[in-house]
Amino acid sequence: MLLGPSLALSAVLFGIGVIGVLVRRNAIVIFMCVELMLNAVNLSFVALSQYHGVGGRVMVFFVMTVAAAEAAVGLAIMIAVFRHLESVDLKNINLLHG
Amino acid sequence: MTVVQIVFYVFAVAAVIGAIMCITQRNPIASAFWLVSVLMSLAGVFVLLQAQFIGVMQVLVYAGAIMVLFLFVIMLLDLGGKTSDRRGAPSWVLAVVVGGAITVSMAQLADYTPDQLAHEISGSTELNADVVLLEGQRLQEAIEARGVVGAIAEPLFGFYLIPFQITGLLLLTAVVGAVVLAKRRI
Amino acid sequence: MLLTLAGPAAQALEAVPRWLVLHPHWVWLTVALPLAGFLINGKLAIAASGPVPLLPPKLAQRITEMVRRYQHGIVTVVGTGVLLAAFVVSLMLFLGFQFLDTQSAYVLRLWSWIPVGRFQVDMALQVDQLSLVMLLVVTGVGSLIHLFSVGYMREDPGYARYFAYLNLFIAFMLVLVLGSSFLVMFIGWEGVGLCSYLLIGFWFEDKANSDAGKKAFLVNRIGDVGFMIAMFMIWTTVGSLDFSTVLRELPAAVPVGGALITAITMFLFLGATGKSAQIPLYVWLPDAMAGPTPVSALIHAATMVTAGVYLVARTGVLFAMAPISSTIVAGVGVVTALFAASMALRQYDIKKVLAYSTISQLGYMFLGVGTGAFAAGIFHLITHAFFKALLFLGAGSVIHAMHHAYHEVHSSEDAQDMRNMGGLRKAMPWTTVLMWIAALAIAGMPLSGFFSKDEILAYAFGRGHDNPVFYLYYVLGIVTALMTAFYMARLMAMTFHGKSRTGADAEPYLHEAPWIMTGPLVVLGILTVFGGMINLPTWAGGHHWLQSWLLPITATAEMYLRPELPHGTTEYVLIGLALTAALVGLVAGYRLTVGQTIVPARDAPEERGFWKVLYHKYYVDELYDAVIVRPLILFSQRFLWKGVDTRVVDGVFVNGSAGISRFLGQIGSRFQTGQLGFYVLLFVLGALWILRAMVGGG
Repeated sequence: MLLGPSLALSAVLFGIGVIGVLVRRNAIVIFMCVELMLNAVNLSFVALSQYHGVGGRVMVFFVMTVAAAEAAVGLAIMIAVFRHLESVDLKNINLLHG
Repeated sequence: MTVVQIVFYVFAVAAVIGAIMCITQRNPIASAFWLVSVLMSLAGVFVLLQAQFIGVMQVLVYAGAIMVLFLFVIMLLDLGGKTSDRRGAPSWVLAVVVGGAITVSMAQLADYTPDQLAHEISGSTELNADVVLLEGQRLQEAIEARGVVGAIAEPLFGFYLIPFQITGLLLLTAVVGAVVLAKRRI
Repeated sequence: MLLTLAGPAAQALEAVPRWLVLHPHWVWLTVALPLAGFLINGKLAIAASGPVPLLPPKLAQRITEMVRRYQHGIVTVVGTGVLLAAFVVSLMLFLGFQFLDTQSAYVLRLWSWIPVGRFQVDMALQVDQLSLVMLLVVTGVGSLIHLFSVGYMREDPGYARYFAYLNLFIAFMLVLVLGSSFLVMFIGWEGVGLCSYLLIGFWFEDKANSDAGKKAFLVNRIGDVGFMIAMFMIWTTVGSLDFSTVLRELPAAVPVGGALITAITMFLFLGATGKSAQIPLYVWLPDAMAGPTPVSALIHAATMVTAGVYLVARTGVLFAMAPISSTIVAGVGVVTALFAASMALRQYDIKKVLAYSTISQLGYMFLGVGTGAFAAGIFHLITHAFFKALLFLGAGSVIHAMHHAYHEVHSSEDAQDMRNMGGLRKAMPWTTVLMWIAALAIAGMPLSGFFSKDEILAYAFGRGHDNPVFYLYYVLGIVTALMTAFYMARLMAMTFHGKSRTGADAEPYLHEAPWIMTGPLVVLGILTVFGGMINLPTWAGGHHWLQSWLLPITATAEMYLRPELPHGTTEYVLIGLALTAALVGLVAGYRLTVGQTIVPARDAPEERGFWKVLYHKYYVDELYDAVIVRPLILFSQRFLWKGVDTRVVDGVFVNGSAGISRFLGQIGSRFQTGQLGFYVLLFVLGALWILRAMVGGG
């Protein structure tokens, strides 16, 4: 009976995460917004796993692991970038400029 | 409305407010703390969805470990909101339009029911959720038989063993990668 | 390894001793043995030239030294041993085959080679009457020539390389004769071409030799294209390349004498003219004499060049179904025979004479198979392998002696020019006698060559009342026989008789070759004398053994062609005519040559008149050069290089596509702002689009 509301909550949190990624320039805040989106997806997994079996819950574990790995590597990159540019503002990080 | 539903909506509203505050706060540290509140609320929701173990993990791993890592890096780099990193109004409008579109697209699932899920899986309107969604019932039975942890542990170390091992490898790689990237000289 | 028998179950008879039963392993062993010899000798040849990699330098040095010290012995034992073993295995196969209760081919499928949809080719070897005969000739004569090479190449620095190539050649030749489909045969066909190229250019330090190798390779390519086109046509018609399937189904699929079967056989014959040095693609064979003499004996006389005859005999049914093609085959054969024999009349290089003689004799074989007398063609192939190998090895002995003598006195005279020889019979009695045997055999005295050549001519005469052009072929064949006797007598007289022209200082150093070289000559001499026995005609008290042995192969083709031998008086008149021609040629050739005064090569005057045309081989090489080679080079330079390659390929395609990519890239790079937010926005819009598509569709 909580399936529909849970999915809706998941959608709202995901959308807020997207907006966050789009409006912030601080790379670390963007990381946090990505974590928010991942959590929204986790919520969908858990909600559906009540009816669809245990696979969804196992998947949440994997998502958490990937999130942890991503945070570790991503923050390490940020430290390296900061050491180089004295900033983690995305407007200064444009090495890919064509 | 049952008690469970009321508690769910309380957590849901808290999570949404926390998320909005998280993306609008100028100071990254404040953002991080608001994110922690979102994660806590979600942990509550997980418990309500009978995923108590995942709820605990949420608090331990996310709110505990990962967010501490974030705060630690923010403080290490001394990013305490000296200058605003928010983009201008046009960016906001664009972002809200795009993000809103995604939200609206997916929020149509608000009245999604188990019977609809059963219908999508079986392709037949005749059958209802109790007949089709046997996996869900098995999960319930497993939780009753072996407890919340055992119900997840059993497939994790059985059917999903190889993905599980690969995840371990991923973590190892991440550890090595993080050390290599963050160290000044190797 | 998967060993399965195809076709009718080939069960051995009960009473046969176990060791005689044809065992599947023997079939692939015949190919594997020389191949193993190639690998070992090749490895030794490489190991001796430099240190072994991946080893500590000191150890590698030791190994290299050891290899150098023992290399010669190992190579000799391995190189000739594998061949002798292959010969023994071939004999076992031959005996075992007698005791099979079936007359049809014994096919050994080793593995599935190319399984692509409808195009299925197995790596399979086929043992039948024809391939067994070829197998015995190749391994038997091959063994003798390997033994001869031990002596001939003893002091050559490339000894191991030489035997590696020679073993590889035998392996490919056996694939060629044992292959059970056109494509497997083609592996051998190309492989022997490769080995021929490698061995012609064996002394590649000399540019003329490597040029001769390239010429042989390129001219053969023209023929190979024909072979391939024929294969394409056969496959599109029948859907298979297996000999058994093609020879069974193609006659049913196409009308006799139709355009398709004529085209197929003509393209096959084009392949055969390349490999077997017939008009118009014979020009490579005389130049191929640049290789070591045993190579000329093995590859360019006894085995490889007969592959074309083998091909025509193998696909005899197809040629029999296309009367135009088989008439052309016979015509090209006899014209080549005459043409080449006339060129041999005025050559002075002993090997060149034998080369043209080979082309000429190959022409006889094609006359035979073109007439429909497949057994006679194969018979001549066998006897030719004997006496021509003997002639070449004898010439090798002579050259060896001459070269040695000139080496001793530090002279740079040509050791192969017959004008520098003369009177060698005193120094080389064995060689003289054996060479005379072979010369008489090829000239048409009643030794092995007489029976086979006579049979071909008799069959050609017999076809005359179906198709009068064969009477002309017969006359040309007799004229060729006369010329053959003449130039052989001339060769013998110039080389072994008369006064010595070697030079007074070099003459004492002339000597008979060692026994390892003379021994194989003696064996070949015996084979030359008695080789005719395998298909002795009825009038000489024989039973046409080879003909009846090959009957399962030739029976279907003979249904179409019905080759006949003339009987009674005609038969004896023909024999008398042939003998007369041979005698006249021999006597005239000997008398005229001994009678005239020959000056050594260094003082020889320019040739005059028609002799000059013959000496210059009718200027065919010059003609090809002017008509084909030079225009091709000009076309390539002016049009293909400067026009197509520089302008179109480089200009339009390479630089043009690069320019277009650069232009598009410059447009695309405007999107690469380097701003993460922009990328995320595009990414989210894309996600939204997919989401819309999914929600809208579902």
